Amino acid sequence: MLRYTINRVLLAIPTLIGVAVLVFFLLRVVPGDIVEIKLRGDGGSVTQETIELERKRLGLDRPLVVQFGEWMVNMAKFDFGTSMWTERPVVTEIAIRLELSLQVAIMATIIAVLLAIPMGTLAALFRDTWIDYLVRVLTIGGLSIPSFWFGMLIMLALLSFFNWLPPITFTPIYVDPVANLKQLIWPALAVGYRYCAVVARMIRSSLLEVLNEDYIRTARAKGVYERLVISRHALRNALLPAITVIGLEFTFLIGGLVVTEQVFNLNGIGQLFVQSVSRNDFTLIQGMVMLIAAFYVFVNLAIDLLYAVFDPRIRYGK
Amino acid sequence: MKITRRTALQGTAGAFALGLSGFNFDFTKAEAQAPNVKRGGTLNFAISAEAPHYDPHASDTYATLHFAAPFYSTLLRFNLSKFPSVEGDLAQSWTVAPDLMTYTFKLHPNVKFADGTAFTSADVKATYDRLRDPPQGVVSTRKPTFADIGSIETPDPLTIIFKMKAVNAAMLEHFASPWNVIYSAKDLAENPAGPRTKINGTGPFVFVEHVKGSHVAGKKNDNYFKKGMPYLDGFKGIFTLQAAAMLNAVQGGQVLGEFRGISPAERDRLVQAMGDKIRIEEDSWTLNLLVCFNVTKKPFDDVRVRKALLMAIDRWGGSVGLSKISTLRAVGGVLRPGSPYATPEAELVKLPGFSKDIKKSREEAKKLLKEAGQENLKFVLWNRNLAMPYTPAGVFLVDQWRQIGVEVEHKQSDTGPYLATMNAGNHDVAIDFSNLFMDDSSLALSKYLSLSRAPENRSRSTDPELDKLYDDHIRERDPEKRKALIRAFEKRVFEQGYQQPILWWHRIVPTHKALMGWKMSPSHNLGQQLEDVWINT
Repeated sequence: MLRYTINRVLLAIPTLIGVAVLVFFLLRVVPGDIVEIKLRGDGGSVTQETIELERKRLGLDRPLVVQFGEWMVNMAKFDFGTSMWTERPVVTEIAIRLELSLQVAIMATIIAVLLAIPMGTLAALFRDTWIDYLVRVLTIGGLSIPSFWFGMLIMLALLSFFNWLPPITFTPIYVDPVANLKQLIWPALAVGYRYCAVVARMIRSSLLEVLNEDYIRTARAKGVYERLVISRHALRNALLPAITVIGLEFTFLIGGLVVTEQVFNLNGIGQLFVQSVSRNDFTLIQGMVMLIAAFYVFVNLAIDLLYAVFDPRIRYGK
Repeated sequence: MKITRRTALQGTAGAFALGLSGFNFDFTKAEAQAPNVKRGGTLNFAISAEAPHYDPHASDTYATLHFAAPFYSTLLRFNLSKFPSVEGDLAQSWTVAPDLMTYTFKLHPNVKFADGTAFTSADVKATYDRLRDPPQGVVSTRKPTFADIGSIETPDPLTIIFKMKAVNAAMLEHFASPWNVIYSAKDLAENPAGPRTKINGTGPFVFVEHVKGSHVAGKKNDNYFKKGMPYLDGFKGIFTLQAAAMLNAVQGGQVLGEFRGISPAERDRLVQAMGDKIRIEEDSWTLNLLVCFNVTKKPFDDVRVRKALLMAIDRWGGSVGLSKISTLRAVGGVLRPGSPYATPEAELVKLPGFSKDIKKSREEAKKLLKEAGQENLKFVLWNRNLAMPYTPAGVFLVDQWRQIGVEVEHKQSDTGPYLATMNAGNHDVAIDFSNLFMDDSSLALSKYLSLSRAPENRSRSTDPELDKLYDDHIRERDPEKRKALIRAFEKRVFEQGYQQPILWWHRIVPTHKALMGWKMSPSHNLGQQLEDVWINT
């Protein structure tokens, strides 16, 4: 297991280098120039000389290979550079937003998993009964309703029925847990509903498949209690594909909540992504893409390791 | 706010008609206190865009001003209770020479910057030197405004003298411009570009933090030179980039106001939901959207094409429809309709692009396009992606031009790339804006000067005749002669069709009834120092 983990971590390095190459060079061929946007966007009279000087100061006048090499060397030292727009370290810019985005993702995951496992299991066990129909209606609703729209409904409901809205500036959970939860529970619910629908449907279909397997029939024939058949034999196996979905959805939530963030006025990674792309802030975009790529790589690794926990037949490193 | 000729003259020509001296109430000697003012509390207000940087000298957007104004002072400022007259801010008193060639300001003593250093005339000099002649790498958006300043002298730490190269009848108003905040000479000597990223002012509030993407916060400046002010303990300007989030925040009470302006539909929603808890103030706005042709690109170098496109726009009909759904409202020329020098409707309808007989106008437009060989004209309309009012204005124009057979692709972009594209001259036709802080003709007309003199002229036109008319008007002290020169300037602009106002904006500001002391004005750039604002809890 340890060797497998080390191998996977080592394999992540070429994956991340591939991502780095792609993001660096693709960004350079996209039309737009941060220096033009930064200086000419002010509306002032800026000479071409000033533009060139700024380009030089930012190191954009050097050959692409040199710029790439320097970026890679710095990244190896965990130095992600400075935002070309705000002049602040990329790590600082991301850190401000990551805390919020990560917390929303974790809370949404908790909500989704807590609801999806019982919903999916009940729907499978009571297939074609009113329980199954109810779960199916709820999950189809979750898949059909965009999270941002559900978020808007939540906000309007809070305003209409309680004349109250959650705070619109972020308070870290370690500073004031109540204020923090008051703000973030609502977006977590909005995105958690869709997330829950995806996972519940996956558990339902997976469980239905597993329940028809020979080993379930064998277990029942041996007289194992039905509760144990479901929880120990069926559900554990049915959860495997659901774990993959949970992991991928979690990673998506880190940077993919652009519109939901706008509805709740959240200062998250999604908003930062959009802003930095519109400004052609290369260093910041690169930093965020690498962060999200790293999340994907390591969440996938965690999923693979969880597989072994849920299915003892899976033995890595042998 | 209705502007009378008399009040306008108080601000402009009035300066030299009234003995050429100014006197300001000395806040440092008597504690300023409005009756029943309640002190304390933190004001949360919405800012619907985030400042790209902290330097108002280099900025054209209210986002910078609403962010930074509470931290800074200016030499003079507008008295919003008697708009457009000016009053002292850092200047305790001032005199203007009868020939308008010398302006002498006496400054308030015992003023300190937020970092504790003393404020002197050297700081004003360093600031104005930066504004009129910015060092390499520093942007001064209002550089042309101060081109007439010949020299700046500082005979003592509390006196500053501006000597002019030529008369500028509106100079006093320019000294009151909210954009010309005073920086520390020491800071500028260390790093002339420093104000982009660092705040150190003499204003009523001290900078606390800027959480990117979230908010800017300030706390009361205990050393503020106006004793007893500000009334608030602090403020938080919260960035609400989406109108829906901003409206929810106002309705839910998380913010007590949004000081730029909202649309009629948004106003109606708030009034319906909040009843008497919300205060709505309305005024015409010193802001217009323009249609702007890049005359360096074909076929927009042909005056016939430009005129045809302008003549196809039904401003009068558009005003009726757009005013219901957007902040666009009044039809006007280069000066705000209703302001003292604005062209009256009877004269305006005779100018190209303002006829009320739109059918006839469009027939003529088609004829002009045919003459120019552009019957199948297609182009890209470059626009900002702010929903209000840029999107409805863009949709409106596309429809107007479709009616004379012109096919237009509407492209919208974020503010940064939008401005950068226009400033680099990469657009065909664009929706531009003229953002004034008062009804001064020198401000309004400067946008139409030749590109070499006015970088904000995004039509990139060069017209020596317009430049001469502008110079003649700016030196002219007789209001009637000045008005005639403005009319001649406007006629020339519209006949050449480099750029032309689409519609003027209408400002609607929602504030909670608990918010007191904030004053409405025709410009969202004014009154944002927040020193006399308080919360009636």
